[in-house]
Amino acid sequence: MTNYIKLILLGVVAIFSLIAANYARDAAYMVHAIIIFLVTAGLFLWTLRQTDEPVPAKVLETSYLDGVVRYGVIATAFWGVVGFAAGTFIAAQLAFPVLNFDWAQGYMNFGRLRPLHTSAVIFAFGGNALIATSFYVVQRTSAARLWGGNLAWFVFWGYNLFIVLAATGYLLGGTQSKEYAEPEWYVDLWLTIVWLAYLAVFVGTIVKRKEPHIYVANWFYLSFIITVAMLHVFNNLSIPVSIWGSKSVQVFSGVQDAMTQWWYGHNAVGFFLTAGFLGMMYYFVPKQAERPVFSYKLSIVHFWALIFIYIWAGPHHLHYTALPDWASTLGMVFSIVLWMPSWGGMINGLMTLSGAWDKLRTDPIMRMLVISVGFYGMSTFEGPMMSIRAVNSLSHYTDWTIGHVHSGALGWNGMITFGALYFLTPKLWNRERLYSLSLVSWHFWLATIGIVLYAASMWVTGIMEGLMWREVDANGFLVNSFADTVSAKFPMYVVRALGGGLYITGAIIMCYNLWMTVKRAPAVEASAAAAHATPAE
Amino acid sequence: MSDKHKKDDHDYETTGHSWDGIEEYNKPLPKWWLMIFYACIVWGVGYTIAYPAWPGVRTATAGLLGWSTRGNVEQAIQDHEAELAPINERLASAELTEIAGDPELNTYAQNAGAAVFRTWCAQCHGSGAAGAKGYPNLLDDDWLWGGTIEDIHYTVTAGIRNEDTDEEYIRQSAMPAFGRDDLLSGEEIDQVVNFVMTLSGEEPQDASLVEAGAEVYDINCASCHAEDGTGDRTQGAPNLTDAIWLYGGDYETLHETVYNARYGIMPPMGGADLSEAEIRAVATYVHGLGGGE
Repeated sequence: MTNYIKLILLGVVAIFSLIAANYARDAAYMVHAIIIFLVTAGLFLWTLRQTDEPVPAKVLETSYLDGVVRYGVIATAFWGVVGFAAGTFIAAQLAFPVLNFDWAQGYMNFGRLRPLHTSAVIFAFGGNALIATSFYVVQRTSAARLWGGNLAWFVFWGYNLFIVLAATGYLLGGTQSKEYAEPEWYVDLWLTIVWLAYLAVFVGTIVKRKEPHIYVANWFYLSFIITVAMLHVFNNLSIPVSIWGSKSVQVFSGVQDAMTQWWYGHNAVGFFLTAGFLGMMYYFVPKQAERPVFSYKLSIVHFWALIFIYIWAGPHHLHYTALPDWASTLGMVFSIVLWMPSWGGMINGLMTLSGAWDKLRTDPIMRMLVISVGFYGMSTFEGPMMSIRAVNSLSHYTDWTIGHVHSGALGWNGMITFGALYFLTPKLWNRERLYSLSLVSWHFWLATIGIVLYAASMWVTGIMEGLMWREVDANGFLVNSFADTVSAKFPMYVVRALGGGLYITGAIIMCYNLWMTVKRAPAVEASAAAAHATPAE
Repeated sequence: MSDKHKKDDHDYETTGHSWDGIEEYNKPLPKWWLMIFYACIVWGVGYTIAYPAWPGVRTATAGLLGWSTRGNVEQAIQDHEAELAPINERLASAELTEIAGDPELNTYAQNAGAAVFRTWCAQCHGSGAAGAKGYPNLLDDDWLWGGTIEDIHYTVTAGIRNEDTDEEYIRQSAMPAFGRDDLLSGEEIDQVVNFVMTLSGEEPQDASLVEAGAEVYDINCASCHAEDGTGDRTQGAPNLTDAIWLYGGDYETLHETVYNARYGIMPPMGGADLSEAEIRAVATYVHGLGGGE
């Protein structure tokens, strides 16, 4: 019976998207309508072929649902390489503008590729990592199979469809021009549906858990899922110009729009890239270190402090703008008060290792997790510092911001995700161990040197640029033109691109290593594998 | 209690829960962490009392220090302007031609003008003033509308081909689009382009068309660009004989120019954007770049 409902739904959407493709007013919308048609028509045929076929006897669903986590691991690695490649390419475009090829204008120039890069690394790489690890972690720490049957699969495929729609939209010019929230209205609506399904799967699994308490990693994951849902909905409130086109008009305007945008933008960092990834940290660090978490009390206090304070810090992105001073002050104050709650996570991560520091020498995965926590600590100190108005008056609009973001993204988010992928792959494919630990070491060093080159060059060029902008002569006249600062930055831009090159090389080595782990590494014996994949009673 | 922090891990109990093998110690909050956290909160409360912070229904608290970003920048601008007011007044009231002869005024105008140029002019004319395709080079002595200090001053103030200005405005002209508007046939354009190439001593693309092109030129172009091709500054009609090209002197570019015409504009900087002293400063600067007359 459900198959008939599905068929009707898929058929209606498929036909509607064909009509939409016909009436499309812009290229992005038309391509999206065609993509949606292909997806729904394919699903229609697939469902049709299964309808009224004998249903195989239902497998007793006692084991963990790990297939979707496996797909998530693959998607994370794939989108990671795509996102890093786009980033390295646009870094090269900034150093060598000739790479904005004439024949690719309107598709592959910096302006189109930049949101592709940010969304690919944050939402495609980071998002898939969060979904995959949260599904893995919530099952293990709740000793329960994912709730909702195939709903988890819907979340995975639906989310990746969102990414494809977002990415193709950027290249074809479908954007609402809000940083990190560029996808247009119908893509936003789709993400909302997928995200609510994600929330349902996660909460459903926690509700049916067999452990008496909810593990700290799940608090962080849950706060991330709930808050992102709220941020996404409010920041994307807009009215489509036409149902047949991608363009929409924001509900807010002027400084209200800017404030909503940075309330969203900052908390995308706070809840997507911090709270969510802290959830990863709280599982994989103690698991890999095989040590108890440093302090339960600290985890409670810093969790509540973090989520309460982070949400108010957004206005520090709008210092010295049309934003009223009072809002700017509050944004700055909350950012500074946020320093210690952020560091609570670092302390709990690093101190969990106390008594097991020798693992840093012997275990390259541990090294990756630890340096990731180190970069987390550094960025969460740098962030509050840059939110101070006086510092911000120098740093804002310069490459310092870019350096700050990347020491967080490459160092903290990237490294902890790599660590998690190295941890998960052997477990998910029932392998005894990774294919090669020395390749992990190679990855570690390439990535670390890449980050150092990236962050250091952006500090130098950012501070230089800030100082050049404000440099005045004896009469108080500006000394430099904007173009002077651009040409002065050239060498640092080359170093930055080089850093990106090292980072993606490491990631490609990781993909090879993970692939070979699945293909070649010795399998775990069957009985042990079964024990691993079953919830503890 | 006092020696609690000296205990090592073995002396602490875990909370007793285990999730997939993960346990948690029941350790207290690190003291330094808590102290800094409290200190940040105390500082934060103090800061919000000193600076504008807490919103009410209509307004927000102004802060005890009376500080505001707007007040800050207004003060900085006022200080800057007050300091420079005397010399700016002198500059604004001096005879344009006499600025160069007054060492103090000249030095000031050159510096101030360079700053104005970098902020307002460099986007098109380049930070070194060498121009770009469609944007005149200001370093040479080839002037479209005149290179005296008065000419430059007028151009900066009123702009080029500025469409909303008074009747006495003298930087207005338009070259006809000979091809697009069907004023000349394709063949005639071909001829005249070849002829124009010879004016500055270039090799024409097709020498056989030059003679016919000269005739086309006399009828259609000479009224603005002059019979000998030296142009007319009162109409901003470029000199075609000096091998200095605003858009390019090759066959294709010239063909494009004759076919579609060109209509280069420059925004007027007078009025809201720049003060009279600033305009005089930048005019002095540009005049002093090498080609001033």
